[in-house]
Formats: sequence, structure tokens, C-alpha cells
Amino acid sequence: MVSLSDYLILSSVIFCIGLVGIFVNRTNIITLLMCVELILVAVNTNFIAFSHFLGNETGQIFVFFILTVAAAEVAIGLAILTLLFRNRGSISVDVTNSLKG
Amino acid sequence: MNSEQIIFYILSFWFVASSLAMIFSRNAVKAVLFLVLAFFSAASIWILLEAEFLAITLILVYVGAVMVLFLFVIKMLNIDKSTLRAKFTGYLSLGLIVAAIIVAEMSLVLGTNQFGLDVFSSPARHGADYSNITVLAMQLYTTYVYPFELAAVLLLIAIIAAITLVHRNETSRKKQSISEQVNVQAKDRVRLVSITLPNKEGK
Repeated sequence: MVSLSDYLILSSVIFCIGLVGIFVNRTNIITLLMCVELILVAVNTNFIAFSHFLGNETGQIFVFFILTVAAAEVAIGLAILTLLFRNRGSISVDVTNSLKG
Repeated sequence: MNSEQIIFYILSFWFVASSLAMIFSRNAVKAVLFLVLAFFSAASIWILLEAEFLAITLILVYVGAVMVLFLFVIKMLNIDKSTLRAKFTGYLSLGLIVAAIIVAEMSLVLGTNQFGLDVFSSPARHGADYSNITVLAMQLYTTYVYPFELAAVLLLIAIIAAITLVHRNETSRKKQSISEQVNVQAKDRVRLVSITLPNKEGK
């Protein structure tokens, strides 16, 4: 049988792959958004694994709301990306330096 | 090693392999397609965990809508690949070190001593009359109905915000101006000019 720790280690590996993706592709905003999606899927896998092994459906409800928020986040993020490309002509992170923070 | 473990390890292999291929692919379209494969593997693992509704939702919402939206944006924007490729491996070693440390630490915490089968025994599979959607709906429409409504409002806000952000200003649109149409005078539209007709002989 597959134990709970197998699922948890799998999701932590996927989480770290998403993290490395953010380190590696730090100039490409589209790939950054995709890495955030990967991290969210890893977290959702955690929730569902605990929900299955503890026999409690609340974890799946949480995943439902995380999916909703992630879809809204992607829609607004891609809208901002389109706006950025229209104004700057590039989607590299290096051109978004108007705020000298 | 029973069949469940074999299925789990095959799906995990595809999940990890497609995720790695996604973050290391230079082509954005290929990255999206590898992420689609990763989402399919994740949905299969969720079905293995008896979360059928969420697995189908992941495929319908993410693969069907979000990833297609990514593809649309990638194809609409003319991305210069050379600038994106420039600093590709700049922080690769640092990222790998951080990820290796995190994986090592998590493996220590999440090992079989704490979360193994002898601590969390695998629950019995539900029968054929078990409906995951019914159980989720009972929770969602009774206990969590207020967050459910808030999620709907959040999606509405996302729609309005996305449309407002990418909407161009009014000068590019063609529209009617009712007041100008009502106030128009005959002299604005028709101009009578007097011309001298030539003779029949053409002189």
C-alpha cells in the first residue's frame, strides 16, 4: 500500500521543482506564473492526501477554493502581462524597473 | 509491491519528469504542454486518493481553460527568445542547492517514522455506491456556503479586473453619438454647388 509519507514526499519534490523553476526562469514572467501553478498543485496534493488518510473532506473543500483563487490569479496575471507587453514591448522582468524600490 | 504502488510510482515518475522538463524547456509553448502533462499526472494521483471531483475539475479548469489561456497569451505576444535565454543558468546552482536542502529537510520530517503506514494506516476503499461529489456538495452548500459565495464574487472581480486592465481606450472604438445625430442640420450634410453646364455642342 502507498503510505501517506510517499504522497507528502512527492508533493515536496514537486514544490521544490517549482521553486527551482522560479530561480532558473527569473526573467520570463510566463514561466514564473507556470511555476507558481506547479507549486499550488503540490500544495493541493498535500491537502488531498491528508483528507484521504484522515477521512475528512474538509481538505478537499480547501483545494476547491485554492483552485478558484488560482484561476482568478492567472486571469489577472496574464492581463497584467498583456498590458506590460503593450506598454514596454517585452515581458522580461528586467524592463519592469519603473518603481525604484 | 502491489498494483497500487506500481501505479503510484509510474504516475509520480511522469509528474516529476514533466515538471522538470517544464522548468528547463526554453520554448514557452513546450513548457505549457509539459505542464499539461504534469497536471494530468496530478489528476491521476488525486483519483488514486479518491478525490474524483477535484481531479476532473483540475483537468477541466486548468488544462481546459487556464493552460489554453496561457497558450493564447504566448501566441499573442511576440516574445523575443534571445533576451529570455540570456540569463537562463545564472542562478541554477543556487536554486539547486536551496531545493536539495528543502527536499532533504522535508524527507527527514515526512519520513515513514512520522507518516508511515503504521502511523497513518491506509483507509478502506469506499464502495461502488459512494459518491465523492455528493459528499463534497453536502459540505460545500451547508457548512461552507458563505465562502462559496465569496469565491463566486472573487471570480466576478477577476473577470471585471481582467477586462478593465486590457481594455483599450475609447478612441479605437466606433460608436454612435446620439446628440450629434439629433442636432444635425441639412447644411451639414448636403452642400449645393452651382456649376455651369456645357453646351450641347460641347463648347
